[in-house]
Amino acid sequence: MNGILPVAAHVALLVLLPPLLPGVIGKTKALVAGRRGPPLLQTYRDIGKLLRKGAVYGRPTTWVFRAGPLVALAATFVAGLIVPLAAGSGPLDFAGDVVAFAALLGLGRFFTMAAALDTASSFEGMGASREAAFGAFVEPGLFLALTIVCIPAGSATFARAWAALPWTVWSPTWPVVLIAAVVLGVVLLAENSRIPVDDPATHLELTMIHEVMVLDHSGPDLAFITYGAALKLLVVAALLVHLVVPVPAEGGWAGVLWFLAGTAAVAVVIGVVESTNARLRLQRVPGFLIGAAALAAVGVAVLVAQGQP
Amino acid sequence: MSLVLATLGIGVLLASALAAVAVGRREILALRLGTAGAVAGSVLGGAAAVEQLLRGGATLARAPWRLPLGTVTVGLDPLSAFFLLCIAVVGGLAAVYGAGYLRGYAGQRRLGPAAAFYNLLVAAMIGVVLARDGVLFLLAWEVMTVASFFLVTFEDDRESVRRAGLTYLIASQLGVIALFVLFALLRAHAGSFAFAGLLAAGAPGGGLADVAFLLALVGFGTKAGFWPVHVWLPDAHPAAPSHVSALMSGVMIKMGIYGLLRTLTFLGAPPLWWGATLVGIGIVSGVIGVLYALAQHDLKRLLAYHSVENIGIIALGLGVGLLGQSRGEATVAFLGYAGALLHVLNHGLFKGLLFEGAGSVLHATGERAIDRLGGLGRSMPVTALTFLAGAVAISGLPPFNGFVSEWLIFVGAFRGGAFLGGGAGVAALAVIPALALIGGLAVACFVKVYGVVFLGVARSDAAASAHEAGAAMRWPMVAGAALCLAIGVLPATFVGLAAPAALQAAALAAEPLGVLGALPAITRVALILLAAAAALALLRAALLRRAAVRVAPTWGCGYPAATPRMQYTAASFAEPVLAPFASLLHTTVVDERPAGYFPRTARHEEHVGDMAGERLLVPAVRRVLDAAGRLRVLQAGRIQLYLAYVLATLLVLLVWQVAAVAP
Repeated sequence: MNGILPVAAHVALLVLLPPLLPGVIGKTKALVAGRRGPPLLQTYRDIGKLLRKGAVYGRPTTWVFRAGPLVALAATFVAGLIVPLAAGSGPLDFAGDVVAFAALLGLGRFFTMAAALDTASSFEGMGASREAAFGAFVEPGLFLALTIVCIPAGSATFARAWAALPWTVWSPTWPVVLIAAVVLGVVLLAENSRIPVDDPATHLELTMIHEVMVLDHSGPDLAFITYGAALKLLVVAALLVHLVVPVPAEGGWAGVLWFLAGTAAVAVVIGVVESTNARLRLQRVPGFLIGAAALAAVGVAVLVAQGQP
Repeated sequence: MSLVLATLGIGVLLASALAAVAVGRREILALRLGTAGAVAGSVLGGAAAVEQLLRGGATLARAPWRLPLGTVTVGLDPLSAFFLLCIAVVGGLAAVYGAGYLRGYAGQRRLGPAAAFYNLLVAAMIGVVLARDGVLFLLAWEVMTVASFFLVTFEDDRESVRRAGLTYLIASQLGVIALFVLFALLRAHAGSFAFAGLLAAGAPGGGLADVAFLLALVGFGTKAGFWPVHVWLPDAHPAAPSHVSALMSGVMIKMGIYGLLRTLTFLGAPPLWWGATLVGIGIVSGVIGVLYALAQHDLKRLLAYHSVENIGIIALGLGVGLLGQSRGEATVAFLGYAGALLHVLNHGLFKGLLFEGAGSVLHATGERAIDRLGGLGRSMPVTALTFLAGAVAISGLPPFNGFVSEWLIFVGAFRGGAFLGGGAGVAALAVIPALALIGGLAVACFVKVYGVVFLGVARSDAAASAHEAGAAMRWPMVAGAALCLAIGVLPATFVGLAAPAALQAAALAAEPLGVLGALPAITRVALILLAAAAALALLRAALLRRAAVRVAPTWGCGYPAATPRMQYTAASFAEPVLAPFASLLHTTVVDERPAGYFPRTARHEEHVGDMAGERLLVPAVRRVLDAAGRLRVLQAGRIQLYLAYVLATLLVLLVWQVAAVAP
């Protein structure tokens, strides 16, 4: 991506848009349940209020606890600079950037879990343990889904992969791309602690994953975490958006509109999924995630059989 | 010039080893002499390596005296120089650490021999990479094994240590048998043990190359720790003193990788199945290694299993390189080899650092059981910070070095999947999810280790009374962490050092265009990441300046009487990760659930044994012993029978000679 204007547009979307997503999801869930629900912009208000508050730190904690939210947010932000949003490439794009994108999400997860363990709370340790397990089982699915879109492009690069997507009707590869989209949808739900993997609205610590890891954070730290979670939702959703919506490579206003429409659609779908599904029993989550990876492997196998590589 | 420096380094190492033994009972002096020699030798070796890598080309020298069957020929080329660099950096840092670490043993054990064998081991490894003759190579190889055996058995009054040492020695000698056969075959083909002769003779045909490849895989794989011949590794590395664990895990097992790469240069163009085999070995070693690591409760044993995992990652890189080579795809070959070689250096750095950190923990608490530690981050801030750097690096996360080498292998595998086609393409594609799973599991394992050992609160009195390590132990860890960060932030510079060796391994004349063009972008990613984290820290500081900041007890979800023992342990942390793999790991469970209204006892035990040893190697060895037992009828103990054997042998030889002479 070159030029000041596209980069500025990318950064503006990346900074301003994320808190809207939980709002859209919440409104969708309220609509399905027949409630009015919190305002669309509630997450912005929450973050603003938390930023103005003081902080309470647990007695056993060290600097790792304070570094957790910072590193997680910074890593997600840099991942957001790599991934294309309203154009065919991001400001930090380079050959092989797909791998860096996944590794940055891993870095954020590492520090979130470390901060949880720093509190000496068994509940937070439990959350970190579950996050570690599900995080590990998500990786193969994520990489296999990305393999499906990267192999025809000949490069593990978002700009090349998105440019090579088959937007002609009845292209022989579109069913495989559909598989990639489904698997990325599962990855999106798992990475962002949504139903059926985790329930962001649960009130019982024993059943939480993400929420219980951040129990002890408060004030600006919690603001960073809330904002970071929304940012991660946007960043991973951006992958899915580009698979299902033809965001023009050159970007521009058309790109912004397509991207906003696609993101809103993804958020609504998440809301509907959350309204119509119960979360899985924890023991069944690995099977769900490994099943998604297996589905992606089938997609890769079809590509190979078609002689795509 | 570089060769002179390197041989001078060997000389200094050997001389200081002798000096350390010669001063006798003056232990501290012996340790100082040995350390000074090790550092000087490492500096010389490192200078030689860097000079050779920057200048390029190869140098060769032949000493005027002869070995039985061979010559004393030494040389430096990019491949040797790169491994020499790894030996020098890790060997030098671990030597300084060892000076601080061994000091605590003064008066209890002989430090002179420990220092001497350390220097002998470093010298032997330099000898292995310099040797340009099969006999000299095997000689240095055996010295390396023997020196490391005596280092492993440093605490030889402990039964477990003696056992580990013996297992190591036997495994090494079994491996070296394959190497003897390998070099004998190569000599039969080329008529010479000299590497130059082996190269000049060209690729051996008629299946000989395949046999040689398999022999190299077994012989060098045993040293490297490929699954399933890794069984000595998780016993030997924890038994050794921590600076020796750092050296063995960091560089000595990489001599197996060096030997494999060197042998491959003699065998000509690789067929497809060599690369596919290495990919398979890499997947199994990597996944099994990290799963076993997750199941360990002993800090050093856990790190040893991570060596199996990382050797698996290196094997994946070599596999991608071989696949690319077999299909003539220069870019894929170069990326695979470059990733594997850089990972050799990276693993040396972060595994050295992690073993040193584990040594500091052991030194401060006397405790290796992860679940009896905790909260060491407060009492050991430098060890904790450097261990964290090592943990992030080994998990393959930016902005550290592990990410760079794994990135190279990933990019090579993606390109391989796209351009190799057929079976080679499928093998390259298999690398991608495997490496992703290994990475995810490594993150889980190192969050577990770091969180349970250094975060939270102390789970035992030993952990509560821990103290920071001395300066000699701290600085090598700081230097190691700084190097891990430097490679992660400036990958172009360090990949530049590995590139000539990768070109040599891939038999390429020049770097494929545009391959490394993305490395400056990784620098950008790392710098923006660090800047963003720093900006957020400043923002939070500014926000909190006006607001109240309090310190309070951790939220206990309403339970007020939490004790340190109620923290999540390493075992409970790893359970959900390991549960889906229970059948693969053959976990044995002892479960006594609480029963009745007033339960008195409850017990839960889980054990993960090493499947390769119990289910694969022990039955195999038993079968060999059974077969050998059947041969025992030959040895009846009667002198007449033995004389009959002699007669029969002579007769056979006579007939053979006559048949050979007769036209």
